[in-house]
Amino acid sequence: MMLIDPHAHMISRTTDDYQAMADAGIVALIEPAFWLGQPRTFVGTYVDYLSTIVGWERFRAGQFGIRHYCTVGLNSKEANNEELAEGVMDWLPRFALKEGVVAIGEIGYDEQTALEDKYFRLQLELASELKLPVMIHTPHRDKKRGTSRSMDVCEEHGLDPGMVIVDHNNEETVAETLQRGFWAGFSIYPSTKMGNARMVEILRQYGGDRIIVDSACDWGISDCLGVAKTAQLALERGIPKETVRMVCYQNALDAYGQSGQMKEDDWLEPPTIDQRTLFEGNSILRGGREPHIETPSDRLLKNLLIE
Amino acid sequence: MLAQAGDEADWIRQSLANIALATQERDLYIFMGLAPRHLGKADLALSAKDLAAADAACPGWSPEGWSIDGAARILALLAAPRNRAFAERFKDLRRTADVAELIALYRGLPLYPEPDSLHFEVGEGLRSNIKAVFESIAHRNPFPRDHFDDHRWNHMILKALFVESRLTPILGLEARANPELARILVDYAEERIAAGRPVPQDLWIPLKPFRDDRAVAAILPREEAVQ
Repeated sequence: MMLIDPHAHMISRTTDDYQAMADAGIVALIEPAFWLGQPRTFVGTYVDYLSTIVGWERFRAGQFGIRHYCTVGLNSKEANNEELAEGVMDWLPRFALKEGVVAIGEIGYDEQTALEDKYFRLQLELASELKLPVMIHTPHRDKKRGTSRSMDVCEEHGLDPGMVIVDHNNEETVAETLQRGFWAGFSIYPSTKMGNARMVEILRQYGGDRIIVDSACDWGISDCLGVAKTAQLALERGIPKETVRMVCYQNALDAYGQSGQMKEDDWLEPPTIDQRTLFEGNSILRGGREPHIETPSDRLLKNLLIE
Repeated sequence: MLAQAGDEADWIRQSLANIALATQERDLYIFMGLAPRHLGKADLALSAKDLAAADAACPGWSPEGWSIDGAARILALLAAPRNRAFAERFKDLRRTADVAELIALYRGLPLYPEPDSLHFEVGEGLRSNIKAVFESIAHRNPFPRDHFDDHRWNHMILKALFVESRLTPILGLEARANPELARILVDYAEERIAAGRPVPQDLWIPLKPFRDDRAVAAILPREEAVQ
Protein backbone atom coordinates (compact mmCIF):
# COMPACT_ATOMS: atom_id res chain seq x y z
CA MET A 1 0.00 0.00 0.00
CA MET A 2 1.31 3.47 -0.87
CA LEU A 3 1.45 5.71 2.21
CA ILE A 4 1.84 9.44 2.87
CA ASP A 5 3.22 10.87 6.11
CA PRO A 6 1.74 14.38 6.12
CA HIS A 7 3.67 15.54 9.20
CA ALA A 8 7.35 14.64 9.51
CA HIS A 9 10.24 16.92 10.54
CA MET A 10 12.79 15.21 8.35
CA ILE A 11 15.44 17.87 8.88
CA SER A 12 16.03 16.09 12.23
CA ARG A 13 16.11 12.55 10.84
CA THR A 14 18.82 10.36 9.40
CA THR A 15 19.17 8.70 6.03
CA ASP A 16 18.36 5.36 7.74
CA ASP A 17 14.96 6.80 8.54
CA TYR A 18 14.38 7.88 4.97
CA GLN A 19 15.31 4.41 3.79
CA ALA A 20 13.04 2.74 6.34
CA MET A 21 10.15 5.00 5.35
CA ALA A 22 10.66 4.29 1.66
CA ASP A 23 10.84 0.54 2.36
CA ALA A 24 7.62 0.76 4.38
CA GLY A 25 5.72 2.31 1.47
CA ILE A 26 5.96 6.07 2.13
CA VAL A 27 5.86 7.76 -1.30
CA ALA A 28 5.39 11.35 -0.12
CA LEU A 29 5.67 13.34 3.07
CA ILE A 30 5.06 16.85 4.32
CA GLU A 31 7.57 18.73 6.47
CA PRO A 32 5.80 21.43 8.46
CA ALA A 33 7.88 24.42 9.51
CA PHE A 34 8.24 24.27 13.27
CA TRP A 35 10.72 25.09 16.00
CA LEU A 36 13.97 23.20 16.32
CA GLY A 37 13.81 22.21 19.97
CA GLN A 38 15.29 25.52 21.04
CA PRO A 39 14.27 29.02 20.02
CA ARG A 40 15.98 30.81 17.15
CA THR A 41 17.34 34.21 18.10
CA PHE A 42 17.92 35.72 14.65
CA VAL A 43 15.45 36.22 11.82
CA GLY A 44 18.16 35.05 9.42
CA THR A 45 18.38 31.58 10.92
CA TYR A 46 14.64 31.23 10.49
CA VAL A 47 14.88 32.34 6.86
CA ASP A 48 17.64 29.83 6.17
CA TYR A 49 15.57 27.12 7.83
CA LEU A 50 12.67 27.84 5.48
CA SER A 51 15.12 27.86 2.60
CA THR A 52 16.40 24.44 3.69
CA ILE A 53 12.97 22.82 3.80
CA VAL A 54 12.05 24.10 0.30
CA GLY A 55 15.49 23.18 -1.05
CA TRP A 56 18.02 20.79 0.41
CA GLU A 57 15.61 18.61 2.40
CA ARG A 58 13.48 18.17 -0.70
CA PHE A 59 16.48 16.92 -2.61
CA ARG A 60 17.55 14.65 0.25
CA ALA A 61 14.13 12.95 0.28
CA GLY A 62 14.25 12.53 -3.49
CA GLN A 63 17.39 10.45 -3.17
CA PHE A 64 15.22 7.82 -1.49
CA GLY A 65 12.43 8.14 -4.03
CA ILE A 66 10.21 10.04 -1.57
CA ARG A 67 8.46 13.23 -2.69
CA HIS A 68 8.96 15.97 -0.14
CA TYR A 69 6.51 18.82 0.43
CA CYS A 70 6.44 21.39 3.19
CA THR A 71 4.37 23.99 4.95
CA VAL A 72 5.75 27.39 5.87
CA GLY A 73 4.76 29.45 8.87
CA LEU A 74 5.71 31.07 12.14
CA ASN A 75 5.13 28.53 14.89
CA SER A 76 3.32 29.39 18.10
CA LYS A 77 6.32 29.06 20.40
CA GLU A 78 8.50 31.50 18.48
CA ALA A 79 5.57 33.84 17.92
CA ASN A 80 6.26 34.92 21.51
CA ASN A 81 9.50 36.62 20.44
CA GLU A 82 7.98 39.71 18.90
CA GLU A 83 11.11 40.99 17.21
CA LEU A 84 11.74 37.60 15.58
CA ALA A 85 8.06 37.20 14.73
CA GLU A 86 7.87 40.55 12.93
CA GLY A 87 10.94 39.69 10.89
CA VAL A 88 9.65 36.24 9.94
CA MET A 89 6.28 37.68 8.90
CA ASP A 90 8.09 39.99 6.44
CA TRP A 91 9.75 37.00 4.76
CA LEU A 92 6.88 34.49 4.82
CA PRO A 93 5.07 35.67 1.66
CA ARG A 94 8.27 35.03 -0.30
CA PHE A 95 8.24 31.38 0.72
CA ALA A 96 4.53 30.70 0.50
CA LEU A 97 4.57 30.30 -3.30
CA LYS A 98 7.64 28.10 -3.54
CA GLU A 99 7.32 24.79 -5.31
CA GLY A 100 5.97 22.08 -3.02
CA VAL A 101 4.61 24.42 -0.33
CA VAL A 102 1.24 22.87 0.42
CA ALA A 103 -0.03 24.94 3.36
CA ILE A 104 0.64 27.68 5.86
CA GLY A 105 1.62 25.85 9.02
CA GLU A 106 2.05 24.58 11.52
CA ILE A 107 0.50 27.55 13.27
CA GLY A 108 -1.81 28.00 16.23
CA TYR A 109 -1.42 28.12 19.98
CA ASP A 110 1.12 26.92 22.51
CA GLU A 111 0.47 28.81 25.75
CA GLN A 112 -2.41 30.77 24.20
CA THR A 113 -0.78 34.18 24.69
CA ALA A 114 -1.78 37.46 23.07
CA LEU A 115 1.23 37.37 20.74
CA GLU A 116 0.44 33.80 19.64
CA ASP A 117 -3.08 34.93 18.90
CA LYS A 118 -1.88 37.94 16.90
CA TYR A 119 0.43 35.98 14.60
CA PHE A 120 -1.98 33.06 14.23
CA ARG A 121 -4.59 35.46 12.90
CA LEU A 122 -2.17 37.28 10.59
CA GLN A 123 -1.14 33.97 9.07
CA LEU A 124 -4.74 32.85 8.61
CA GLU A 125 -5.23 36.04 6.61
CA LEU A 126 -2.14 35.26 4.53
CA ALA A 127 -3.44 31.73 3.82
CA SER A 128 -6.82 33.12 2.75
CA GLU A 129 -5.18 35.64 0.45
CA LEU A 130 -2.98 32.99 -1.19
CA LYS A 131 -5.75 30.33 -1.21
CA LEU A 132 -3.52 27.89 0.67
CA PRO A 133 -4.65 25.25 3.16
CA VAL A 134 -3.73 25.71 6.83
CA MET A 135 -2.11 23.18 9.16
CA ILE A 136 -2.95 23.84 12.79
CA HIS A 137 -0.79 22.73 15.68
CA THR A 138 -3.08 22.27 18.67
CA PRO A 139 -1.50 22.86 22.08
CA HIS A 140 -0.29 20.12 24.40
CA ARG A 141 -1.57 21.95 27.47
CA ASP A 142 -5.18 23.06 27.87
CA LYS A 143 -5.66 21.07 24.70
CA LYS A 144 -9.40 20.78 24.47
CA ARG A 145 -10.03 24.48 24.89
CA GLY A 146 -7.07 25.37 22.68
CA THR A 147 -8.40 23.17 19.90
CA SER A 148 -11.90 24.67 20.07
CA ARG A 149 -10.45 28.16 20.13
CA SER A 150 -8.25 27.44 17.08
CA MET A 151 -11.36 26.46 15.12
CA ASP A 152 -13.33 29.48 16.42
CA VAL A 153 -10.62 31.81 15.15
CA CYS A 154 -10.51 30.11 11.73
CA GLU A 155 -14.26 30.57 11.39
CA GLU A 156 -14.01 34.17 12.56
CA HIS A 157 -11.54 34.84 9.72
CA GLY A 158 -13.86 33.26 7.19
CA LEU A 159 -11.80 30.18 6.42
CA ASP A 160 -13.51 27.18 4.87
CA PRO A 161 -13.06 24.30 7.36
CA GLY A 162 -12.33 22.08 4.35
CA MET A 163 -9.10 24.07 3.86
CA VAL A 164 -7.95 23.56 7.47
CA ILE A 165 -6.23 20.52 8.94
CA VAL A 166 -6.41 20.49 12.74
CA ASP A 167 -3.52 18.31 13.85
CA HIS A 168 -2.59 16.44 17.03
CA ASN A 169 -6.17 15.43 17.82
CA ASN A 170 -7.02 12.84 20.46
CA GLU A 171 -10.09 11.04 21.82
CA GLU A 172 -11.20 14.24 23.55
CA THR A 173 -11.06 16.56 20.54
CA VAL A 174 -11.93 14.41 17.54
CA ALA A 175 -15.72 14.57 17.75
CA GLU A 176 -15.86 18.36 17.73
CA THR A 177 -13.22 18.70 14.99
CA LEU A 178 -15.12 16.37 12.65
CA GLN A 179 -18.52 17.75 13.55
CA ARG A 180 -17.39 21.29 12.63
CA GLY A 181 -16.20 20.11 9.22
CA PHE A 182 -12.41 20.36 9.71
CA TRP A 183 -9.88 17.68 8.75
CA ALA A 184 -8.73 15.82 11.86
CA GLY A 185 -5.03 14.96 11.98
CA PHE A 186 -3.64 12.44 14.50
CA SER A 187 0.03 12.27 15.35
CA ILE A 188 1.22 8.80 16.32
CA TYR A 189 3.92 9.97 18.69
CA PRO A 190 4.96 8.01 21.79
CA SER A 191 4.13 9.29 25.28
CA THR A 192 2.85 12.80 24.48
CA LYS A 193 0.41 12.35 21.59
CA MET A 194 -1.47 9.35 20.16
CA GLY A 195 -0.58 5.66 20.38
CA ASN A 196 -1.45 3.50 17.40
CA ALA A 197 -3.63 1.02 19.29
CA ARG A 198 -5.76 3.95 20.47
CA MET A 199 -5.76 5.22 16.89
CA VAL A 200 -7.16 1.92 15.63
CA GLU A 201 -10.05 2.25 18.09
CA ILE A 202 -10.77 5.76 16.81
CA LEU A 203 -10.90 4.42 13.27
CA ARG A 204 -13.26 1.69 14.43
CA GLN A 205 -15.54 4.29 15.97
CA TYR A 206 -15.37 7.13 13.41
CA GLY A 207 -14.42 5.42 10.13
CA GLY A 208 -12.00 7.07 7.71
CA ASP A 209 -13.81 10.20 6.63
CA ARG A 210 -11.62 13.35 7.02
CA ILE A 211 -9.21 11.59 9.40
CA ILE A 212 -5.48 11.84 8.66
CA VAL A 213 -2.71 9.84 10.36
CA ASP A 214 0.83 11.22 10.65
CA SER A 215 3.99 10.51 12.65
CA ALA A 216 5.07 14.07 13.60
CA CYS A 217 8.53 12.52 13.95
CA ASP A 218 11.13 15.12 14.86
CA TRP A 219 14.20 15.57 17.10
CA GLY A 220 12.45 14.00 20.09
CA ILE A 221 11.86 10.32 20.87
CA SER A 222 9.51 9.60 18.02
CA ASP A 223 8.97 7.07 15.25
CA CYS A 224 9.26 7.83 11.56
CA LEU A 225 7.28 4.65 10.86
CA GLY A 226 4.24 5.94 12.77
CA VAL A 227 2.02 5.90 9.69
CA ALA A 228 3.26 2.51 8.44
CA LYS A 229 2.89 0.88 11.86
CA THR A 230 -0.59 2.28 12.31
CA ALA A 231 -1.62 1.02 8.86
CA GLN A 232 -0.23 -2.43 9.66
CA LEU A 233 -1.86 -2.60 13.08
CA ALA A 234 -5.21 -1.36 11.77
CA LEU A 235 -5.26 -4.04 9.07
CA GLU A 236 -4.30 -6.72 11.61
CA ARG A 237 -7.12 -5.59 13.88
CA GLY A 238 -9.78 -5.73 11.24
CA ILE A 239 -10.14 -2.14 10.01
CA PRO A 240 -11.23 -2.25 6.34
CA LYS A 241 -8.42 -1.76 3.87
CA GLU A 242 -10.22 1.15 2.21
CA THR A 243 -10.44 3.00 5.55
CA VAL A 244 -6.72 2.48 6.11
CA ARG A 245 -5.96 3.74 2.59
CA MET A 246 -8.01 6.87 3.21
CA VAL A 247 -6.44 7.83 6.54
CA CYS A 248 -2.86 6.87 5.61
CA TYR A 249 -2.85 8.16 2.02
CA GLN A 250 -5.87 9.59 0.23
CA ASN A 251 -7.17 12.11 2.77
CA ALA A 252 -3.79 13.80 3.13
CA LEU A 253 -3.54 14.01 -0.64
CA ASP A 254 -7.04 15.47 -0.92
CA ALA A 255 -6.55 17.98 1.89
CA TYR A 256 -3.10 19.29 0.95
CA GLY A 257 -3.66 18.76 -2.77
CA GLN A 258 -5.96 21.79 -2.56
CA SER A 259 -2.79 23.86 -2.72
CA GLY A 260 -2.31 22.72 -6.34
CA GLN A 261 1.22 21.70 -5.32
CA MET A 262 0.75 18.01 -4.53
CA LYS A 263 -0.51 15.51 -7.10
CA GLU A 264 -0.39 11.74 -7.32
CA ASP A 265 1.38 12.13 -10.66
CA ASP A 266 4.31 13.69 -8.78
CA TRP A 267 5.32 10.19 -7.67
CA LEU A 268 3.60 8.00 -10.26
CA GLU A 269 4.43 10.01 -13.40
CA PRO A 270 6.98 12.66 -12.41
CA PRO A 271 7.76 15.38 -15.00
CA THR A 272 11.04 14.67 -16.78
CA ILE A 273 12.67 17.75 -15.26
CA ASP A 274 11.98 16.36 -11.78
CA GLN A 275 13.28 12.94 -12.72
CA ARG A 276 16.52 14.55 -13.83
CA THR A 277 16.93 16.79 -10.82
CA LEU A 278 15.01 15.69 -7.73
CA PHE A 279 15.23 11.94 -8.31
CA GLU A 280 18.78 11.97 -9.59
CA GLY A 281 20.67 8.96 -8.38
CA ASN A 282 17.53 7.08 -7.48
CA SER A 283 15.91 4.40 -9.52
CA ILE A 284 12.80 3.75 -7.46
CA LEU A 285 10.50 6.19 -9.20
CA ARG A 286 12.18 6.64 -12.55
CA GLY A 287 10.15 6.04 -15.66
CA GLY A 288 6.82 6.47 -13.92
CA ARG A 289 6.72 2.92 -12.64
CA GLU A 290 4.61 1.82 -9.72
CA PRO A 291 6.78 2.41 -6.65
CA HIS A 292 8.65 -0.67 -5.62
CA ILE A 293 7.75 -1.57 -2.07
CA GLU A 294 9.81 -4.15 -0.28
CA THR A 295 8.39 -6.70 2.07
CA PRO A 296 7.98 -5.14 5.51
CA SER A 297 11.31 -4.88 7.28
CA ASP A 298 12.16 -5.94 10.79
CA ARG A 299 12.20 -2.32 11.75
CA LEU A 300 8.53 -2.09 10.83
CA LEU A 301 7.30 -5.37 12.26
CA LYS A 302 9.25 -5.44 15.50
CA ASN A 303 7.89 -3.00 18.06
CA LEU A 304 4.73 -2.50 16.04
CA LEU A 305 3.00 -0.81 18.95
CA ILE A 306 3.61 2.88 19.58
CA GLU A 307 2.34 3.83 23.01
CA MET B 1 8.97 29.88 -25.60
CA LEU B 2 6.00 32.18 -26.14
CA ALA B 3 4.58 29.75 -28.73
CA GLN B 4 4.96 26.88 -26.27
CA ALA B 5 3.26 28.95 -23.58
CA GLY B 6 0.03 29.01 -25.65
CA ASP B 7 -2.71 30.91 -23.85
CA GLU B 8 -0.24 32.00 -21.18
CA ALA B 9 1.92 33.97 -23.62
CA ASP B 10 -0.01 37.16 -22.87
CA TRP B 11 0.48 36.58 -19.16
CA ILE B 12 4.24 36.39 -19.73
CA ARG B 13 4.31 39.52 -21.89
CA GLN B 14 2.21 41.53 -19.45
CA SER B 15 4.16 40.35 -16.41
CA LEU B 16 7.51 41.15 -17.97
CA ALA B 17 6.27 44.62 -18.89
CA ASN B 18 5.15 45.18 -15.29
CA ILE B 19 8.44 43.91 -13.89
CA ALA B 20 10.39 46.24 -16.19
CA LEU B 21 8.51 49.25 -14.84
CA ALA B 22 8.26 48.16 -11.19
CA THR B 23 9.79 50.33 -8.51
CA GLN B 24 9.89 47.51 -5.95
CA GLU B 25 10.78 43.83 -6.15
CA ARG B 26 7.39 42.37 -5.34
CA ASP B 27 6.30 41.81 -8.95
CA LEU B 28 9.49 39.90 -9.67
CA TYR B 29 9.09 37.69 -6.57
CA ILE B 30 5.50 36.90 -7.47
CA PHE B 31 6.37 36.09 -11.07
CA MET B 32 9.09 33.69 -9.89
CA GLY B 33 6.54 31.89 -7.72
CA LEU B 34 3.78 31.82 -10.32
CA ALA B 35 5.87 30.78 -13.34
CA PRO B 36 5.45 26.99 -12.94
CA ARG B 37 1.82 27.43 -11.90
CA HIS B 38 1.03 29.22 -15.16
CA LEU B 39 3.42 27.49 -17.51
CA GLY B 40 3.97 24.01 -16.12
CA LYS B 41 7.41 22.42 -16.02
CA ALA B 42 7.72 20.83 -19.45
CA ASP B 43 11.08 20.76 -21.17
CA LEU B 44 11.61 23.81 -23.34
CA ALA B 45 10.73 22.95 -26.95
CA LEU B 46 13.76 23.94 -29.02
CA SER B 47 14.17 23.77 -32.78
CA ALA B 48 17.50 23.30 -34.52
CA LYS B 49 17.26 26.99 -35.39
CA ASP B 50 16.87 27.95 -31.71
CA LEU B 51 19.91 25.87 -30.77
CA ALA B 52 21.95 27.41 -33.57
CA ALA B 53 20.92 30.91 -32.42
CA ALA B 54 21.99 30.08 -28.86
CA ASP B 55 25.36 28.81 -30.03
CA ALA B 56 25.84 31.90 -32.19
CA ALA B 57 24.97 34.21 -29.27
CA CYS B 58 27.46 32.47 -27.00
CA PRO B 59 29.71 29.76 -28.44
CA GLY B 60 29.02 26.39 -26.86
CA TRP B 61 25.94 27.51 -24.98
CA SER B 62 22.95 25.20 -25.29
CA PRO B 63 19.61 25.64 -23.53
CA GLU B 64 18.85 21.97 -24.08
CA GLY B 65 17.27 20.46 -20.99
CA TRP B 66 15.89 23.79 -19.76
CA SER B 67 12.29 23.82 -18.58
CA ILE B 68 9.76 26.39 -19.73
CA ASP B 69 9.23 27.84 -16.23
CA GLY B 70 12.98 28.11 -15.72
CA ALA B 71 13.40 29.99 -18.99
CA ALA B 72 10.59 32.36 -18.00
CA ARG B 73 12.26 33.03 -14.64
CA ILE B 74 15.50 33.97 -16.36
CA LEU B 75 13.62 36.28 -18.72
CA ALA B 76 12.00 37.97 -15.73
CA LEU B 77 15.32 38.50 -14.00
CA LEU B 78 16.69 40.03 -17.20
CA ALA B 79 13.61 42.23 -17.56
CA ALA B 80 13.97 43.81 -14.10
CA PRO B 81 15.08 47.45 -14.14
CA ARG B 82 18.75 48.27 -13.56
CA ASN B 83 18.01 50.16 -10.35
CA ARG B 84 20.14 47.77 -8.25
CA ALA B 85 23.38 45.97 -8.90
CA PHE B 86 22.65 42.75 -10.76
CA ALA B 87 24.58 40.60 -8.28
CA GLU B 88 22.61 42.05 -5.38
CA ARG B 89 19.29 41.13 -6.97
CA PHE B 90 20.62 37.69 -7.88
CA LYS B 91 21.66 37.10 -4.26
CA ASP B 92 18.29 38.24 -3.01
CA LEU B 93 16.57 35.66 -5.22
CA ARG B 94 19.12 32.92 -4.62
CA ARG B 95 18.93 32.96 -0.82
CA THR B 96 15.19 32.12 -0.80
CA ALA B 97 15.19 29.92 -3.91
CA ASP B 98 13.70 26.44 -4.12
CA VAL B 99 15.55 23.72 -6.06
CA ALA B 100 14.00 24.51 -9.45
CA GLU B 101 14.65 28.23 -8.99
CA LEU B 102 18.29 27.63 -8.10
CA ILE B 103 18.75 25.58 -11.24
CA ALA B 104 17.13 28.24 -13.41
CA LEU B 105 19.10 31.10 -11.83
CA TYR B 106 22.43 29.38 -12.45
CA ARG B 107 21.58 28.13 -15.92
CA GLY B 108 21.05 31.75 -16.94
CA LEU B 109 24.64 32.75 -16.08
CA PRO B 110 25.88 33.19 -19.67
CA LEU B 111 23.10 35.71 -20.31
CA TYR B 112 23.60 38.05 -17.38
CA PRO B 113 25.18 41.51 -17.35
CA GLU B 114 28.18 42.27 -15.09
CA PRO B 115 29.44 38.64 -15.07
CA ASP B 116 32.50 39.49 -13.00
CA SER B 117 30.33 40.68 -10.15
CA LEU B 118 28.83 37.20 -9.81
CA HIS B 119 31.83 35.21 -8.60
CA PHE B 120 30.65 34.96 -5.01
CA GLU B 121 27.18 33.85 -6.14
CA VAL B 122 28.61 31.24 -8.49
CA GLY B 123 30.82 29.95 -5.68
CA GLU B 124 27.77 29.43 -3.47
CA GLY B 125 26.14 27.37 -6.23
CA LEU B 126 29.24 25.27 -6.84
CA ARG B 127 29.38 24.42 -3.14
CA SER B 128 25.80 23.11 -3.24
CA ASN B 129 25.28 19.49 -2.30
CA ILE B 130 22.39 19.27 -4.70
CA LYS B 131 23.95 17.69 -7.76
CA ALA B 132 21.50 19.26 -10.21
CA VAL B 133 22.36 22.73 -8.87
CA PHE B 134 26.07 22.07 -9.26
CA GLU B 135 25.47 20.78 -12.78
CA SER B 136 23.40 23.84 -13.70
CA ILE B 137 26.72 25.73 -13.50
CA ALA B 138 29.10 23.00 -14.65
CA HIS B 139 27.23 21.41 -17.55
CA ARG B 140 26.53 22.96 -20.95
CA ASN B 141 27.25 26.37 -19.47
CA PRO B 142 29.99 28.56 -20.99
CA PHE B 143 30.31 30.71 -17.86
CA PRO B 144 33.00 28.60 -16.14
CA ARG B 145 35.09 28.36 -19.31
CA ASP B 146 34.85 32.11 -19.91
CA HIS B 147 35.05 33.52 -16.37
CA PHE B 148 36.64 31.10 -13.89
CA ASP B 149 40.24 31.43 -12.80
CA ASP B 150 42.30 28.23 -12.77
CA HIS B 151 41.77 27.54 -9.09
CA ARG B 152 38.00 27.60 -9.33
CA TRP B 153 38.05 25.74 -12.64
CA ASN B 154 40.18 22.98 -11.20
CA HIS B 155 38.01 22.57 -8.14
CA MET B 156 34.88 22.41 -10.27
CA ILE B 157 36.41 19.54 -12.24
CA LEU B 158 37.44 17.77 -9.05
CA LYS B 159 34.05 18.19 -7.48
CA ALA B 160 32.38 16.86 -10.62
CA LEU B 161 34.48 13.70 -10.32
CA PHE B 162 33.86 13.47 -6.60
CA VAL B 163 30.05 13.69 -6.90
CA GLU B 164 30.06 11.30 -9.88
CA SER B 165 29.02 13.92 -12.37
CA ARG B 166 30.10 13.52 -15.99
CA LEU B 167 32.92 15.71 -17.30
CA THR B 168 31.97 15.53 -20.98
CA PRO B 169 29.11 18.09 -20.74
CA ILE B 170 31.58 20.65 -19.28
CA LEU B 171 32.48 23.24 -21.92
CA GLY B 172 36.15 24.06 -22.47
CA LEU B 173 37.44 20.88 -20.90
CA GLU B 174 40.51 20.61 -23.12
CA ALA B 175 41.02 24.34 -23.66
CA ARG B 176 41.15 24.97 -19.90
CA ALA B 177 43.35 21.99 -19.06
CA ASN B 178 46.39 23.13 -17.02
CA PRO B 179 49.41 21.54 -15.32
CA GLU B 180 48.10 22.07 -11.80
CA LEU B 181 44.87 20.28 -12.68
CA ALA B 182 46.84 17.46 -14.27
CA ARG B 183 48.86 17.05 -11.05
CA ILE B 184 45.70 16.98 -8.90
CA LEU B 185 44.02 14.49 -11.21
CA VAL B 186 47.01 12.16 -11.15
CA ASP B 187 46.92 12.26 -7.33
CA TYR B 188 43.21 11.63 -7.39
CA ALA B 189 43.53 8.68 -9.76
CA GLU B 190 46.29 7.16 -7.60
CA GLU B 191 44.15 7.61 -4.49
CA ARG B 192 41.26 5.80 -6.18
CA ILE B 193 43.47 3.00 -7.36
CA ALA B 194 45.01 2.60 -3.88
CA ALA B 195 41.52 2.40 -2.36
CA GLY B 196 40.46 -0.24 -4.86
CA ARG B 197 37.82 2.08 -6.26
CA PRO B 198 37.15 2.61 -9.97
CA VAL B 199 38.68 5.68 -11.59
CA PRO B 200 35.98 7.84 -13.25
CA GLN B 201 36.08 7.21 -16.97
CA ASP B 202 36.14 10.92 -17.94
CA LEU B 203 39.24 11.71 -15.89
CA TRP B 204 41.65 11.17 -18.74
CA ILE B 205 40.18 14.00 -20.90
CA PRO B 206 41.82 16.95 -19.10
CA LEU B 207 44.99 14.86 -18.71
CA LYS B 208 45.49 14.27 -22.42
CA PRO B 209 47.33 17.54 -23.20
CA PHE B 210 49.92 16.55 -20.56
CA ARG B 211 50.61 13.05 -21.76
CA ASP B 212 54.31 13.86 -22.08
CA ASP B 213 54.55 14.67 -18.38
CA ARG B 214 56.21 11.79 -16.52
CA ALA B 215 53.53 11.36 -13.82
CA VAL B 216 50.73 11.67 -16.34
CA ALA B 217 52.45 9.23 -18.68
CA ALA B 218 52.61 6.74 -15.84
CA ILE B 219 48.89 6.86 -15.18
CA LEU B 220 47.41 7.62 -18.59
CA PRO B 221 47.94 4.24 -20.23
CA ARG B 222 46.07 2.62 -17.36
CA GLU B 223 43.20 5.04 -17.85
CA GLU B 224 43.13 4.66 -21.59
CA ALA B 225 43.28 0.92 -21.21
CA VAL B 226 39.89 0.90 -19.50
CA GLN B 227 38.20 3.00 -22.21
